[in-house]
Amino acid sequence: MTTQLLLIQALNGLQLGILLFLIAAGLTLVFGVMDFINLAHGVQYMIGAYLAAWIAGATGSFWLALLLALPLALALGLLLEFLVFRHLYDRDHLQQVLATFGVILVLNQGVKALFGAAPLQVPMPEALTGGIRLMEGLLYPTYRIAIIAGGLATAGLLWWLVERTKVGMLVRAGATNAPMVAALGVDIRRLFMIVFGFGAMLAGFAGVLAAPILSVEPGMGDHLLILAFVVIVIGGIGSIRGAFVAALLVGLVETLGRSLVPDLMRLFLSASEARQVGAAIASMLVYIAMAAILAFRPAGLFPVRAG
Amino acid sequence: MATLRAEAPAILLLLALAAAPFVGFGEGYMLTLLARAMILAMAAVSLSLLVGGAGLVSMGHAAMLGFGAYAVVILDDARVTEIAVVLPVAIAAAAGFALVTGAVAIRTSGVHFIMITLAFGQMAFFTASSLAGYGGDDGYTLYSRTEIGGARLLEDRLAFHFVCVGALAGTWLLCRLLLASRFGRVLRAAKGNPLRAQALGFDPYPYRLVAYVIAGAIGGASGFLFANATEFVAPAYFSWQRSGELLFMVILGGVAGLHGALIGALGFVLLEEWLSHQWEHWRIVFGVLLILAVLFLPNGLAGIPGQIAKAARR
Repeated sequence: MTTQLLLIQALNGLQLGILLFLIAAGLTLVFGVMDFINLAHGVQYMIGAYLAAWIAGATGSFWLALLLALPLALALGLLLEFLVFRHLYDRDHLQQVLATFGVILVLNQGVKALFGAAPLQVPMPEALTGGIRLMEGLLYPTYRIAIIAGGLATAGLLWWLVERTKVGMLVRAGATNAPMVAALGVDIRRLFMIVFGFGAMLAGFAGVLAAPILSVEPGMGDHLLILAFVVIVIGGIGSIRGAFVAALLVGLVETLGRSLVPDLMRLFLSASEARQVGAAIASMLVYIAMAAILAFRPAGLFPVRAG
Repeated sequence: MATLRAEAPAILLLLALAAAPFVGFGEGYMLTLLARAMILAMAAVSLSLLVGGAGLVSMGHAAMLGFGAYAVVILDDARVTEIAVVLPVAIAAAAGFALVTGAVAIRTSGVHFIMITLAFGQMAFFTASSLAGYGGDDGYTLYSRTEIGGARLLEDRLAFHFVCVGALAGTWLLCRLLLASRFGRVLRAAKGNPLRAQALGFDPYPYRLVAYVIAGAIGGASGFLFANATEFVAPAYFSWQRSGELLFMVILGGVAGLHGALIGALGFVLLEEWLSHQWEHWRIVFGVLLILAVLFLPNGLAGIPGQIAKAARR
């Protein structure tokens, strides 16, 4: 393995981490502030990607798709909140899990009925095709660098919103102790709605960004949903900072593990065995990391919740 | 008498399952479907022991089925098909996995317990996919079903049906007796208020661990039956989606009593099967039904009679 290859894998890991962060940020806030387990958060990401594919297909412009997909993802998120989720805030976690699973079934099958089961392709924006020479013999796709930059900028914006604005202060207070915030006279339902809509939009944004490099297909959010849950549990539920650190960690472990572990295994095993065993161990790494972190720091890396 | 009335739904359901082949549900397709429903119901009842009885929401219960099924596969590959060997190995494998992972997982609670059991389930899943000698991702087709004393009794559909009915009834009875025993009372007390249970001198940890191992052992037994029912085992059967499905069955039926898991599992499997023959995009209907069930049936399917009685009294 050369330095260049390792660097490319690290950048790929960073890019996966950024996408994970955009999904996990909304998930951790919804969970932390509203104590609501939303399994349907992964399909919001899928919806974003499908909106991008649909608009880009109709207009031929990725930028227009990005511009229109965000408010549409927000509107769909708020519609779901109005129709289903707001009736579940007072229920226990198990009922939330079952109902949001129902939402997953409806939306996964819904896009299949509308767009077909075959994966859709979204063309990359003209300005971001090609690659950038980062060093001798290392050409990295411009679009992926744009994802990393856009994600980092969004993370910065989110940090500013949560740490420096009044709404952000209420969100942080809500994550620590929601009933107390309500008792102090804040309209907690409206706060919930804002957090929920914003989280849905962020996940949709991640979907739009991912659309040109991944295939857009039904169920594309399911795998990322599980990883996003791993991220928020490692990071500490309700913590944006924790979600950011954990998302990058999970992205890097997942990507680097897949390329490094099979190579490491080749030191002890035959080539075909190394590939098989290595792939299995690489897939497990994230979960091993989570189990280890939970065993030693049950509240995650950056605990938020009071008591 | 009151206790008998409380158990009536489960007993009636089990009797109906036993009678099913003689009242028009005897053809092959129907028996296959019922066998699948009963095997998953068995796993769901054992999961309900954890969720409803001990407050342990496991998202890795499918791994227990996986251990049971892969025990059948590995012994089948070694040409060992005698039930006296295969079944105990399947149960012991799953119980052993439950003991090791439970010892770590039960230190956590709430959402963290859900996630750590998911993690262990995923580890088992990826291990199964890496077993190249047993088909890896593609799965493994059994040479034959397990034999009883050298006789191929399980090949007979009707006989297999009654084995499943018996196993399900046995599972329900065992879990029911456990919950009613002193052991079950400590479990439920620790679920209701762990601090108070501790103050009374009961450390919940060993009780929870034993419950987790028992549920794992039952999961292993249902994995054994699952492998025999399909004669084909693949890692995909034991993914986190399957763990989720088992949990959804338990919640759909209602967590207040074990019969909820029975009703939930049978309802889930049969409704899914029926809907899938009606419309290509049946999952939309299924999803909407699940949402409506949560919104309007807070105590699950098993809570419907209670809700009707309450409405009638008003």
